[in-house]
Amino acid sequence: MSKTVEHHRIAPQPDALATTVVTSWKAPIAFAIFTLIALALAVFAPRPGETTFRWSRESDAIQVPDLTVPVMQALWAVVALLAVSTLYSVLLVRSKRRVPLWLVVVFAILFMFGFLTWAGAGASLPMIGLLFGSLSLAVPLIYGSLAGVIGERAGVVNIAIEAQLLSGAFTGAVVASVVNTSTGQQWFALIAGTIAAMVSGMLVGMVLAAFAIKYFVDQVIVGVVLNVLVVGLTSFFFSQVLAPNAAAMNTPPRFDRLHIPVLGDIPIIGPVFFQQTIIVYLMYAAVALVYIGLFHTRWGLRVRAVGEHPQAADTVGIKVNRTRFWNVALAGAIAGLGGTFFTIGSGIAFNKEMTAGAGFIALAAVIFGQWDPIKATLAALLFGFASNLQNTLSVIGSPVPSEFMLMLPYVVTIFAVAGLVGKSRAPAADGKPYIKS
Amino acid sequence: MSDPQPPKGDAPGANEPDADVAIEEPAAASPEGGTAADDARATASGPGQPAEPADVPPPSKWQNMLREIATGNAIISVLAVVLALIVGAIMIAFTDERVQQTSVYFFARPGDTFVAIWESVGGAYSALFQGAVYNFRRDTFLAGIRPLTETLTFATPLIAGGLGVALAFRVGMFNIGGRGQMLIAASVAGWIGFGFDLPWGIHMIVALIGGLVGGALWAGIAGLLKARTGAHEVIVTIMLNYVAFYLVSWMLRTEGLLQAPGSSNPKTPAMNPNAIFPDLLGPQFNLHFGFILAILATIVVWWILSRSSLGFKFRAVGINPNAARVAGINVKGMYFYAMLISGALLGLAGVSQVLGTVTTGFTAGIDAGIGFDAITVALLGRSTPWGTFAAGILFGAFKAGGFAMQAAEGVPIEIVLVVQSLIVLFIAAPPLVRTIFGLPQPGSRPKRSRKADTKGVQAK
Repeated sequence: MSKTVEHHRIAPQPDALATTVVTSWKAPIAFAIFTLIALALAVFAPRPGETTFRWSRESDAIQVPDLTVPVMQALWAVVALLAVSTLYSVLLVRSKRRVPLWLVVVFAILFMFGFLTWAGAGASLPMIGLLFGSLSLAVPLIYGSLAGVIGERAGVVNIAIEAQLLSGAFTGAVVASVVNTSTGQQWFALIAGTIAAMVSGMLVGMVLAAFAIKYFVDQVIVGVVLNVLVVGLTSFFFSQVLAPNAAAMNTPPRFDRLHIPVLGDIPIIGPVFFQQTIIVYLMYAAVALVYIGLFHTRWGLRVRAVGEHPQAADTVGIKVNRTRFWNVALAGAIAGLGGTFFTIGSGIAFNKEMTAGAGFIALAAVIFGQWDPIKATLAALLFGFASNLQNTLSVIGSPVPSEFMLMLPYVVTIFAVAGLVGKSRAPAADGKPYIKS
Repeated sequence: MSDPQPPKGDAPGANEPDADVAIEEPAAASPEGGTAADDARATASGPGQPAEPADVPPPSKWQNMLREIATGNAIISVLAVVLALIVGAIMIAFTDERVQQTSVYFFARPGDTFVAIWESVGGAYSALFQGAVYNFRRDTFLAGIRPLTETLTFATPLIAGGLGVALAFRVGMFNIGGRGQMLIAASVAGWIGFGFDLPWGIHMIVALIGGLVGGALWAGIAGLLKARTGAHEVIVTIMLNYVAFYLVSWMLRTEGLLQAPGSSNPKTPAMNPNAIFPDLLGPQFNLHFGFILAILATIVVWWILSRSSLGFKFRAVGINPNAARVAGINVKGMYFYAMLISGALLGLAGVSQVLGTVTTGFTAGIDAGIGFDAITVALLGRSTPWGTFAAGILFGAFKAGGFAMQAAEGVPIEIVLVVQSLIVLFIAAPPLVRTIFGLPQPGSRPKRSRKADTKGVQAK
């Protein structure tokens, strides 16, 4: 996703210097804004009482004691600490040094702690549920963003992540239901459903690749149209075929949660990360594989070469269009796998347009994550956390309208794209067809 | 040799062989190889860039027409529609219960299956036609022609929105933010429409202008960010869709903003009668003044693009931003202005929804997917004003007929989405259509491929 304008201009040196300076001031400015937000909460919207953070559930083997804090004292302490961090970052930048990542992480955790304390005043926050739900909600986003990263690194913009997730959800549900009712083998049905979902996501990816690479159709157009097409197809078959035969065709079995023996017993981390379904464990593997693959293997080097400078890649003998085609297909399979989360991953029957924009949030995560699998995963986790925080807060009675929490990922992405948070630069040949002479 | 042809570009679709379009689009007869070459350049040089050199003198209509038939774009458009309808027919036939029952004994009595297929597909498509154009089962002409007025009612926001997307295309931008712009425009127009008490006529105009400004400003955010920071408008508009949706949802459930007083539903009160668009053909038809506005908008966009200096700059930026900058055109300003106008047009779509079609108060679903349909309309109309107008009416017919088909034959309305998106996909890839129908591929012209190639490679 890159601008046509920029590509025809050789970036002049002064520009690059200017950007570096601006980048370094971004952190202090962002810090100051968040500190002011926290201060505003403390001054204008004080909330009495205490907040309890629950760190374990009844069923956990090792119990972690609850943390109870008085709201206002904690909030003021957080504001003070945030102000100190902001000042420290200002000093660092003034002495021409970078703001270290740990400071950003500490700042974010402090701010979240302050916000949660304030929002949960007079209630107890189930932290395990909050984090567990965040990870669950992030699963399709992470798969989708991995698909987006691979596609865009190879130079094909994938707006059709939504379509791939939806087709994966649909196919997974139908195939798993049909196999389950006809054979009665639940595990077999689930595996068949998962594979079918990957194949269907791959097919959508192949259509995208075929139109974008063989017929040179604008990739954004194909993506948009594919989204509409898949919504139409799945909704049509849902109304026409699935709804009348719901028992046989749309009652998918679900993946059980697997408790990983030792890791699952670690307090806090265990219940959040290691008592999940196999789709989540596959996701850990997928993130690691895509990261290692992209940056430490011959395959990844080729993918990135094709996406950054196809002509150079072609010169050294890489088949540009073939590489792009198969990587977009692979990306489709990954997104299709992510789609299973909506149906067989959660044991929910397929419904019309059930992905509800997850593919677009995944796209946002790709950009916010700067086309890097690990950062995109973190961005997806952040977005999952934002939407699950909204769920949790609406249960305990949120002082913030839920719509604003739901808006957060999109607003953050706009800021990220506009360059106010970090710098996001697409692979150079992203979205450009390669036409060989 | 493939023949790159994005769905935007020059030749008018078969469903609108309009003289205006031909005049509008001089590139259809550009000297160096016609539409295909232009299209190749457009695809190669970036997303959403329309493809005509502005300095070519307009040739005669006959030349144009002959060239279009020769290069096959009109044929491709017809074939794309036919192909999409065939796929739709296959889907209807396969999911029809009687077809499934008779196919069990297909080899014993194949005739039954064919009859069942004929009945399901023929029934569905005749219901589609009768729901969209003329209902033969009504006694009077007035009752019979009602579906056509429904088609025009459905076409109204599609035309307005399609024009917005098309205009942005011509400046080389992709406005996917139709949904958000429509929602914001509908909210502003609706708020003025029910919250104030102004005399007849003035109220409507104030609400209309408010809505247009709302849509324009919402799109303007994307334009401004693109101009100032280089943020890609596709991403920003997609994100703004969701921001608008949640913002409007929140306002709809907050008393004192948009929620109807004394109600707990996220819905606005009904519009003030003074603000509602008047009916064009009397109260028994739904067709409202919005359709006239859509026609006016088409004329205005046509005028802007082909008769005004602003439109010249727009197209110059769309074809080659660097050349435009060198020529002294304020490229960034053009991005911003184009997004403003595009947003206002999508705003018109939103306003015609709340003041014309759904006047009893609206919810967050008021956009009814029109923001996305508008993209397919603009693509089918190849980004020309009159092409978009015709495409809007075609898709309006699909929509009106789709509802009739769902009611009469039980075929889900979503089939319309499938057919629409397939039409656009097929139009976007002429070689595919030619292969399917066994038409000869146009001979490879070395000049064209080299041109396309240099552009593609430069895109480093």
